[in-house]
Amino acid sequence: MPLDAKLDPATHHFRLVGTRPLRPDGVDKVTGRARFGADASAPGMLVARILRSPHAHARIRAIDTTKAARLPGVKAIVTSADFQPGDPAIHDVLCNVMARDKALYDGHAVAAVAAVSAAIARKALKLIKVDYEVLPHVTDVDEAMKPGAPLLHHGMKTENVEPAPKKASNVASRCEFGHGDPEVGFKQADVVVERRFKTEATHQGYIEPHACLASVGSDGQGELWVCTQGHYMVRNTCAALIGMDVSKLRVTASEIGGGFGGKTTVFIEPVALALSRKAGKPVKLVMSREEVFRASGPTSSSSIDVKIGVTRAGRITGALADIRMQGGAFAGSPVELGAMSAFACYDLEHVKAVGWDVVTNRPKQAAYRAPGAPMVAFAVESVLDELAHKIGMDPVELRLKNAAKEGTQSSYGPKYKRIGLGECLEAARQHPHYKAPLGKNQGRGIAAGFWFNFGGQTCVSLNVNIDGTVVLAVGTPDIGGSRASMCMIAAEELGIEYDKVRAIVADTSSLGYNDISEGSRVTFSTGLATIAAARDAIGKLTARAAKTWGISPDAVVWENGHARPSSPNAGDFAPLSLAEIAKTAGSTGGPIAGHYEVNAGGAGVSFAVHMADAEVDPETGRVHITRYTVVQDAGKAVHPSYVEGQFQGGAAQGIGWAINEEYFYGQDGRLQNPGFLDYRIPVASDLPMIDTVIVEVPNPGHPYGVRGVGETSIVPPLAAIANAVSAAAGVRLTELPMSPPRVLAAIDGAVAKKKPRS
Amino acid sequence: MRYEAPTTISAAVKLLAGKAGLARVLAGGTDLLVQMRTDRIAPDLIVDVKRIPSLGAITAKAGAFRIGAAVPGAALGENKALRRAWPGVVEAANLIGSTQIQSRATLAGNLCNASPAADSVPALVASGATAVVAGPKGRRTVPVEAIAVGPGKTSLKKGELVEAILLPKRQPRSGDAYLRFIPRSEMDIAVVGAGVNLTLDRKGVCIAARVALGAVAERVILVPEAAAALIGTPVDAAALDRLAEAASAACRPIDDKRGTREFRVKVAGVLARRAVAIALQRARGK
Amino acid sequence: MMSMIRVSTKINGDAVAFLCETDETLLDVLRDRLGLTGSKEGCGTGDCGACSVTLDGRVVCSCLVLGAEAEGRAIGTVEGIASGDTLHPLQAKFLEFAALQCGVCTPGFLVAAKALLERNPDPTESEIRFGLAGNLCRCTGYDKIVRAVQAAAVEMRKG
Repeated sequence: MPLDAKLDPATHHFRLVGTRPLRPDGVDKVTGRARFGADASAPGMLVARILRSPHAHARIRAIDTTKAARLPGVKAIVTSADFQPGDPAIHDVLCNVMARDKALYDGHAVAAVAAVSAAIARKALKLIKVDYEVLPHVTDVDEAMKPGAPLLHHGMKTENVEPAPKKASNVASRCEFGHGDPEVGFKQADVVVERRFKTEATHQGYIEPHACLASVGSDGQGELWVCTQGHYMVRNTCAALIGMDVSKLRVTASEIGGGFGGKTTVFIEPVALALSRKAGKPVKLVMSREEVFRASGPTSSSSIDVKIGVTRAGRITGALADIRMQGGAFAGSPVELGAMSAFACYDLEHVKAVGWDVVTNRPKQAAYRAPGAPMVAFAVESVLDELAHKIGMDPVELRLKNAAKEGTQSSYGPKYKRIGLGECLEAARQHPHYKAPLGKNQGRGIAAGFWFNFGGQTCVSLNVNIDGTVVLAVGTPDIGGSRASMCMIAAEELGIEYDKVRAIVADTSSLGYNDISEGSRVTFSTGLATIAAARDAIGKLTARAAKTWGISPDAVVWENGHARPSSPNAGDFAPLSLAEIAKTAGSTGGPIAGHYEVNAGGAGVSFAVHMADAEVDPETGRVHITRYTVVQDAGKAVHPSYVEGQFQGGAAQGIGWAINEEYFYGQDGRLQNPGFLDYRIPVASDLPMIDTVIVEVPNPGHPYGVRGVGETSIVPPLAAIANAVSAAAGVRLTELPMSPPRVLAAIDGAVAKKKPRS
Repeated sequence: MRYEAPTTISAAVKLLAGKAGLARVLAGGTDLLVQMRTDRIAPDLIVDVKRIPSLGAITAKAGAFRIGAAVPGAALGENKALRRAWPGVVEAANLIGSTQIQSRATLAGNLCNASPAADSVPALVASGATAVVAGPKGRRTVPVEAIAVGPGKTSLKKGELVEAILLPKRQPRSGDAYLRFIPRSEMDIAVVGAGVNLTLDRKGVCIAARVALGAVAERVILVPEAAAALIGTPVDAAALDRLAEAASAACRPIDDKRGTREFRVKVAGVLARRAVAIALQRARGK
Repeated sequence: MMSMIRVSTKINGDAVAFLCETDETLLDVLRDRLGLTGSKEGCGTGDCGACSVTLDGRVVCSCLVLGAEAEGRAIGTVEGIASGDTLHPLQAKFLEFAALQCGVCTPGFLVAAKALLERNPDPTESEIRFGLAGNLCRCTGYDKIVRAVQAAAVEMRKG
């Protein structure tokens, strides 16, 4: 069956897809046998530690490592001198991995040591003398844009601005999306609301710190064991940064203890490889929790202005957003994706989103689950909530009246194919949560959200074993249970039992290039490649059966895991099972395998609607989430438990982001809360059960209709909760997180406004 | 770093009083090990007191309690008599950290770590608890509020350690309570803490009260003005208003990543009022 | 040079002796000296529970216990929860209920949940949530973890 032959997922009876078998890596993970980034060791292994800048912004005049080098037990030291600039496309990564002429944030790596023990490595760091010239710093996005702000990069002149600026600034670029003219649209509106919103930086908060074990021999061949979302990216980037042929570096992806986008780049890996090469020994390098917060890749803080106009009948006539995001010390905040996604849920004639990418003295941001979208959705969906109240319309009704559909021109450019926003809105409205009664000091909020989802470069290899079992080698690290889904898909296609397929994540030398596990692409892309590889293998299996029977391969079909003659005319042969064909493979032509390489397109966008109930203590401002429901379009849920898991996980991260998580910077530009004590992610007692509704509007671009699900779930929560808290507190909250001091100040401010003057 | 686990108090005192260098007592370790890990302290000697039998015991005598310095919070919660007599103190101790922390953290450690936000201290201060301090010159008993003098600083001299916490006999028609404000539901350091202990006469009039606040000054503070707002009153709405005002007025807090100054001042009043309500119910026998 | 001490202890029922530095944590000993990498370091400061083990039956953060303190005590880690090739009900229910995604917090949760259910065989949802508040999970939002613990409790009460 060719790849583009579509089943109708609405009517096709899947045997395995849509069921909930146990995951193949499960027993390892519940017994402690599974090996994560820090769980590997090697004979003669050294331990490495990184020396980090204590200043938010400083010129590095000199680094003296002589005393450290003399400490017994120290085997190698590296600084920026050990990393040569090469590919301009990764120059920022190079500078972030090891500071060159300037330390650009509190925690920026300036040197690293490999020693025979952690204690000696720590001691050696203390002996490295760095001569800093401390410079003024800036950490706030709006402050960084002001003229006269401390300048990070003297060559940075804002791109995409007319006329091109002559002076350097901290604004890397501008972008704009939309069509029509919002000013025209606002004139048509009966009610217009304009608001400013601010969100603070948050961290993905994966429980496993970055960790790797690097081993480079004197022949220049290297091995790297690392927890990552993209081991091919790690290979390519590290090889470039330390000057190695790509083929000489073999990277193995360990089990990964969470990533959410934060492990889609390199931080410590080039350092470990460089140290190993210098020392001639394996080097283990693990980030401490403090280092993870200070020096990996949190998401951007933002400052956003949104203006939306509606008619009394509930039609949005104009929408405008100005979005300012700081991505840390280097260009590349997700403001472009934020601007593109801002109004993506709606069918609009006049819409414009402008984005500004700003740099500040903070760590270089990395992706965090739908990068850029949650902050902008917070702003847009809050304004829509206010408008709904102002015109006395149910908030779901307002969204239904303006919801994007198949054929709608999106605010970011393309016309939508078949999408499921309307279905999600209807499902939310029908859900018992929507009408459930609220108690004292409680409020309910809803919000819609969108994510693009991506395809990307993908390949798999499927090999048939002598006993009819199958090994599927994929190249996308399993960050959400994808091995289970791939086994289900392969078994579904081949017509064999689920436990006859074993999926492994191959290392970079054993399989061709695969893009990173990100962009909600794995179930879609690796799944698509698996379907194609299985069908490729089926082609070969049927050919072997044909050979065995002495008939034409065209006369053989594959059904229920067996090859059979396509009709009685073709011959009277008993069907051959996959196992039977596999057993004789050696004499029918050799090993049987299927494979597929693709740059997958056709990923389907995913919409979601979230409903949140919040209770606010009016005397303390404390917020408690009492009920939460996620409604999201998955296209086709391959393994519903893991789809639900993505819904719940994204919602939980959104809840933390909305009410308690934030980066605190002091006046000195140093991060004040680099730990789980004061970077407050939700604990088990903070959350209610999170109800989920899987809507399935098939994606026309995938054989089973699969849409990515991993990211959309973090887009609505910030707004859903802000709307719920604003309703409960009786005052609109426009700054995140809605921590108790902020909420209490807002409540007290509103009460003061209402008090009659005496 | 030297590690010792003596089996008697006098051996522990001798070690702590020994030659120059930084020595630290190890009971639960839930503060000490964190401080070592984050490079805030590098002891030359650690004296593990958990092998001294008397330090691991809770003993009751004539209604009063002696809690050894090595008794973990979890054990306090499991002691029915203690919970019945001093629910505020036990609940306060049981709020420290997680189940994992509760298996280890001790009242004495919480007190001697001298964090202004320590959860058990306002309740201990309100209860009139005392600390038995053993040292080279013998033993002395002091009110618990005399131990912490500033953030991370105690009045203990070299060679001294807290051996036990003593809780007095529970008076009739009295009750205690501790409430803290944290942004999440668990795991946070108190942004404000309020410990209250009060006694009523047969007519329901308050005849004695102690109100202590945590995390609103450089150490836990006893607020006599807040107590005065209750004493001689039936603890009615007017008394509660005065109590809340006095509690807020006594605060001299800082702005930090856990709370702003004005937030702490406001919430101190709110919590003091709510803690009094609970202590009152307990004093009334409900 | 740091001084090393010799410690005799029991781990998952087996007598074990090891040498360690005086300032080494039990977590470091388990992972780096004894090869028991099931317990994880998520934070090193007792805030995440990924390093949870039992110490004489009580669940503790092994990153806040010195290796030296294990002398004469009994330690339980995730590696000792199953009986041979038979999973404990908690392990089985975690798999059945998809209570893990990345799995790095799972060892800590299993140790903590087992200790919780042994003390309180019929906990309410609230008791489970507060009892496990010291174990952070970033992937699941805790919903399926709580359901798995509830299901395991039912199973364990059957005996």
